Amino acid sequence: MTTRIEPLSVPIMALVGAVVVVLLPYWKQILLAIAVAIAIVLAFTLKNFILFQLTLALIYALAILGLNLLTGYNGQFSLGHSAFLAVGAYTAAIMMEHGGIDYYWTLPAAGVVCFVFGFLFGLPALRLEGIYLALATFALAIAMPQILKSTPLEYWTGGVQGIVLLKPEAPFGLKLSSDQWLWIFTVAVALVMYVCAYQLIKSRTGRAMIAIRDNSIAAKSMGINLSLYKALTFGVSAFYTGVAGALGAIVIAFVAPDSFTLVLAIGLFVGMVVGGAASIVGTLVGGLFLLFVPNIAETFSKGLSGAFYGIILILTIYAMPSGAAGLVRLTLLRLMTRLAAR
Amino acid sequence: MKTSSVRLLATLAFGLALAASPAVAQKKYDPGATDTEIKIGNINPYSGPASAYGTIGKTIGAYFKKVNAEGGINGRKINYITYDDGYSPPKAVEQARKLVESDEVLLIFQSLGTPSNTAIHRYMNQKKVPQLFVATGATVWGDPKNFPWTMGWQPNYQSEGRVLAKYVLDKKPNGKIGILYQNDDYSKDYMKGFKDGLAGKVQIVAELPYEVTDPTIDSQIVNLKASGADIFFNVTTPKFAAQAIRKAAEIGWKPMHLLNSVSASVGSVLKPAGFEASQGILTTSYIKDQTDPQWKNDPAMKEWIAFMDKYYPDGDKTSSFTVYGYTVAQTLVQVLKQAGDDLTRANVMKQAANLKNFEPGLLLPGIRINTSPTDFFPIKQMQMAQFKGESFELFGPIISGEISSGM
Amino acid sequence: MELFLHQVLAGLATGGIYACMALAVVMIYQAIDSLNFAQGEMAMFSTFIAWQLLQWGLPYWAAFFLTIGISFVAGVVIERVVFKPVQNESVLSHVVIFIALFAIINSAAGFIWDFTIKSFPSPFGTRELFGQRLISAHDAGMIGITILMLVLLYLFFRYTRVGLAMRAAAANPESARLAGIRVGWMVALGWGMAAAVGAIAGMLIAPVVFLEPNMMLSILLYGFAGAVVGGLTSPLGAVIGGFSMGVIENLAGTFIPYVGRELKLTIALTLIVAVLTVKPSGLFGRTVETRV
Repeated sequence: MTTRIEPLSVPIMALVGAVVVVLLPYWKQILLAIAVAIAIVLAFTLKNFILFQLTLALIYALAILGLNLLTGYNGQFSLGHSAFLAVGAYTAAIMMEHGGIDYYWTLPAAGVVCFVFGFLFGLPALRLEGIYLALATFALAIAMPQILKSTPLEYWTGGVQGIVLLKPEAPFGLKLSSDQWLWIFTVAVALVMYVCAYQLIKSRTGRAMIAIRDNSIAAKSMGINLSLYKALTFGVSAFYTGVAGALGAIVIAFVAPDSFTLVLAIGLFVGMVVGGAASIVGTLVGGLFLLFVPNIAETFSKGLSGAFYGIILILTIYAMPSGAAGLVRLTLLRLMTRLAAR
Repeated sequence: MKTSSVRLLATLAFGLALAASPAVAQKKYDPGATDTEIKIGNINPYSGPASAYGTIGKTIGAYFKKVNAEGGINGRKINYITYDDGYSPPKAVEQARKLVESDEVLLIFQSLGTPSNTAIHRYMNQKKVPQLFVATGATVWGDPKNFPWTMGWQPNYQSEGRVLAKYVLDKKPNGKIGILYQNDDYSKDYMKGFKDGLAGKVQIVAELPYEVTDPTIDSQIVNLKASGADIFFNVTTPKFAAQAIRKAAEIGWKPMHLLNSVSASVGSVLKPAGFEASQGILTTSYIKDQTDPQWKNDPAMKEWIAFMDKYYPDGDKTSSFTVYGYTVAQTLVQVLKQAGDDLTRANVMKQAANLKNFEPGLLLPGIRINTSPTDFFPIKQMQMAQFKGESFELFGPIISGEISSGM
Repeated sequence: MELFLHQVLAGLATGGIYACMALAVVMIYQAIDSLNFAQGEMAMFSTFIAWQLLQWGLPYWAAFFLTIGISFVAGVVIERVVFKPVQNESVLSHVVIFIALFAIINSAAGFIWDFTIKSFPSPFGTRELFGQRLISAHDAGMIGITILMLVLLYLFFRYTRVGLAMRAAAANPESARLAGIRVGWMVALGWGMAAAVGAIAGMLIAPVVFLEPNMMLSILLYGFAGAVVGGLTSPLGAVIGGFSMGVIENLAGTFIPYVGRELKLTIALTLIVAVLTVKPSGLFGRTVETRV
């Protein structure tokens, strides 16, 4: 591309090139290390309140990741993931409140409970497609708050009052505020789960999931057990969202039926589309969108905050119809073709 | 209990007095207060299904505009910061923390809804920031021993339930009661007070819930009629109250009808439901209803109308929330006036717990606001009223609620 | 037994509301092959327009038909302005656009007309019908209009050129285009008609549930449920589905002990999912063949 090169820049460029070549196979690890470093730096530079917001955004991102595994990668619509978030959150809250169990043990438990719940819900849902499945899950989202406050469960769930929890402090006598600790804790959990999701998608199972989305009949004729994979995907998706729910319960230190309404279910869906369907990193954008865009809309007008939210949403979809991830992919693609054309 | 609270407040005040330097001994500030302004935070649902309540937050803002235009409080302007939580507890936590930690308000005023306030209850008390005059009538907000930084405002739902129960015991001890209630925290409080008041002496033959998401409550009314109830305790929010009144009339059910004060608005419930169907409805009341013709020439009401015209012209003059917001804002202004130049959070709470016979003009005649370090229920009095013609006729004595702190 | 009868009749009356909405849902499904989540809000906004016209002193029927006209035009405009730019994008982004429209319309209605409930007049009166107290004149009128709309829509889609063209455009846009049908405008027309049917539904529902910005929130859900259980491709199925939703919900709430009264919606929804797992395209819907 460039014709004139400064003499001195040659060795530097060679050096940089060498480093890049050596490190290239490890780019994922390096990216992860950078992400961890940024998270730790943020923990000590940001105000507690902002950290709390970021923690929430990350939790939402994790929930959206769960949804994305189901909808983005497996092609099964869900407008009801707030229900899994609720089940996860209540599992954690009930364990902490009634069982006196430490908060970190509630995460795997919430995940497993949600996995089973999701798997079981996924079985009848197998026969439903597209819009019908969307409505069935939507129904689940509507029913969930009612179930949570129903009389038979009231002893466990605290009924309409919900359950107030204690916010955990940093362990091992670490000199961290509770917000700093929970941020680091959430980042650690999220990191593990994001890496697992990545591995899952790249695996044989992941390819089967995607094949089902793209062409279920072809996938079936290739010997993929459709019902098993679809129900399993439902379970895994619920697992992710359930863990996010448990994290949310711990960080907010309160669960109530009003926390898991339709608005949240729709918010998760919007977050997924805005971040980009079938994108793992895009879910982070989705989480940030879910948390911060209502706050932005609110600054325009109190009475019309809903309208401004809607307008921002429409403009976002116009600007990037396949989400943030889609936009990045498209930009990269254009860049590459342009470079190749030279 | 009494002495310990006083001592706690005294110790706090003393500690703060020591910390302050002698040069500013006259004026004492916590975050959110300066020589020129007082920052007040608020959380309301401006979006989402509960956005009707947002009117309260806007009315309060308009009232503070009026206060500022008239010179502020002891020379300080109110800087009112209000955020939307969409009636979602997690969002309420986020907004409360934003107000306290980022905007650094002196206090949070009139945060709305039981779930949202429950979510921030512990946080506010840990941070020792006043959570003042919360917009919910649950009984838990008057607990100075365990939560000295939180105070309610309106008569709590349990006392109201008891007053109505007492009326039933007096007038119709042999009746059969049917209850329709919204399946959430507020109506459970009402029913607890009501049942405590009945003490099992009157039979309850049906208790039917509905969800806010139910399109109609026709089916419940049909069942209530079929249950043979001749007393109807109607624990519903305005839209459903209006539906219930109309449906009961439509199917020819004429019980003794007790309506919770939440929905006892002439303009936004009884008129849409139809005056004919509304005759004889009983309720308790503590605040003047601007849509009731009997207050048309009331001086305080005229003042309110002038306020609405000037500072909140696009506000809804038939909504009871505007009268409510106006009156509760007046109460806060009274507290801040009393606090004088000592605008510490401790002193704000101390003054809030030291309201003596304060009478905002829009409360019913004879109803006064009183608080003390052991009494965190500002409005305890109410009066019964019956709907006749086109307005509520007050009757009987002013009754004091019986729920006190620690219950 | 008397209670049973009363509950069935009350269920039919409420079911009439759902059936009305379900019909509007099926309408738009015919036109765009998707569900419009903002449809309830559009109907609510139309009803507010009618209310405003009545406030300004128009007679009822003038306001009624004027509102239908305005709604039709508004439906077409929304399709052309908001929806067309993303027409070729994925269903996911369509749903997000619907959600955005929902938020905008709901918020705007609250801003313009406030949240205090308003009574909306009924053209049939709210008196009891023929002296009995089981079903009111308005309920009966609403059921009648729903059935009338059903018949008209059936005739329209079955026998008119435009109706047939719309069905073709929705079912197979490519072939329809080759046959000379302007698919884009057919979609817009579908939106307009759906908005008009929604407006009628709104004006019939409002006298029962009172007019306020959130009045359609749950009714739309019941409408969806009714439409789905009856079959999204069948207007008749949608109407039957809507009525059965109303009846089933009432009976579940009345006769299932312990959990019934609290979880009547949940029970009704479970039933729907059960129906769908047995008949995935609804009771009256066409089964769609999938090909590789």
